[in-house]
Amino acid sequence: MSETNGKGSATPLLDELEKGDWPSFVTQIKEMAADGNEQCQQLLELLERSYREKIGHWKHGGIVGVHGYGGGVIGRYNDLPEEFPAIAHFHTLRVNMPTGWFYTSEVLRKICDIWDEHGSGLTNMHGSTGDIILLGTTTDELEPTFQALSEADFDLGGSGSDVRTPSACVGPARCEWACYDTLDLCNDLTQTFQDELHRPAFPYKFKFKCSGCPNDCVASIARSDMSIIGTWRDDIRIDQDEVRAYAEGGMNIERDICGNCPTKCMAWDGNELEIDNSNCVKCMHCINAMPKALRPGVDTGATILLGAKAPIVQGAQLSSVLIPFIKLEPPYQEIKDLAERIWDFWGEHGKNRERVGELMQRVGLGNFLEAIEVEPLPEMIAAPRDNPYVFYEEYYEEEDEEAEEEEPAAVP
Amino acid sequence: MAVTTEQIADAMYEMVKEVQGKKKLKAMDLTHAMIDRYGAEGCDKKMCKAAIRDLIDNDRCVYTYFGGSYIELPHEEGAASGG
Repeated sequence: MSETNGKGSATPLLDELEKGDWPSFVTQIKEMAADGNEQCQQLLELLERSYREKIGHWKHGGIVGVHGYGGGVIGRYNDLPEEFPAIAHFHTLRVNMPTGWFYTSEVLRKICDIWDEHGSGLTNMHGSTGDIILLGTTTDELEPTFQALSEADFDLGGSGSDVRTPSACVGPARCEWACYDTLDLCNDLTQTFQDELHRPAFPYKFKFKCSGCPNDCVASIARSDMSIIGTWRDDIRIDQDEVRAYAEGGMNIERDICGNCPTKCMAWDGNELEIDNSNCVKCMHCINAMPKALRPGVDTGATILLGAKAPIVQGAQLSSVLIPFIKLEPPYQEIKDLAERIWDFWGEHGKNRERVGELMQRVGLGNFLEAIEVEPLPEMIAAPRDNPYVFYEEYYEEEDEEAEEEEPAAVP
Repeated sequence: MAVTTEQIADAMYEMVKEVQGKKKLKAMDLTHAMIDRYGAEGCDKKMCKAAIRDLIDNDRCVYTYFGGSYIELPHEEGAASGG
């Protein structure tokens, strides 16, 4: 790429994306282009042209992939291959990241070496599903890249209508609030559902995300079809001495802790903090604010929620409660069986590109629960203490019968 | 009617071949069609899954992606040649 043509920058529109405090992908691509990377040079030129013309020049999808897999490779071709031959093919590989995104620097170097050899060298750490994203290679290089990654103990992740690469927060590895072993569950689900991950057989994508506590650091409630969020069902553990130490240190417990509790289930008398645990909705505010004084209980497990998605066919939605509390211990058979029952019903009745959450809304929660053999519960609500939407069939039958009795016989 | 995985794979292959270029079929379309054809007693989802795997592993079919994942006969990607 020509840096300038003597009249200023060759990429004035992209240059705008280098301004401000945040790291810029443009700057990083420019660095590689300056080192002589032809793909990066042409990528910048094509992107500048797209901004100028307000036209995207990429074609997405197609038949590229590695042998036996239906996911993990996203085909990209530009529609101006004569002008931009170095990026005529610029496929993306999704590589299944280590659970919790723990790497050694040696492994990171290995991945970069593989990608320097077989691709553009550009990576995105990480994509929104959590995978390692390797950006830009040709069709001929897909199998050799896959081979090299396999030899380094990496596998491709999910893409298309399959189980997407499950992801998890750092969990008990680094966080004292983890209510279950997110890393173990995520790895177990990944290993168990290899077939579903690599061989797309669903109406559309399906994502698992494992969060160790209601802080939900992987945003599973917004970004996964099945959100598995750690919780507890006994009492919040309190160290009253530490609570008093926070107060002595200047914290206004009445205003900032009790006053911000969404259910007002806490009281502070200046000496002791009391919590009405039966009314606690596990929002984590008090625990986050006073981590030395408060901790989740010891009877821990997870809440399973279903149906989050970004806007695609319909608008965005958050997951809603499916199983209010489940103990999560190996071999996690209950959650695996539940997922398979959901997939069976979805595979049978889901429309093309319809997410599980959309199917649930279309058929109604009552029918959906019946099909996946889950009993309706009061906790299955759209928001705490509001708007129950479970359809109790027997109530309707009674009302229908009463209505029929009151109605006069129809005259033919 | 009891059938083997190979027979299901062959029937799926014929189905894909027949609609190639006209309609794209998903794995679940093929599965539903086979269960309709052979009946739930002779052909279940597990057999269909194995049949699809057989088709893909033996290069008789490939997965494609066009807004969703489909199963098609191997062919030259139009976009690859600038088409």
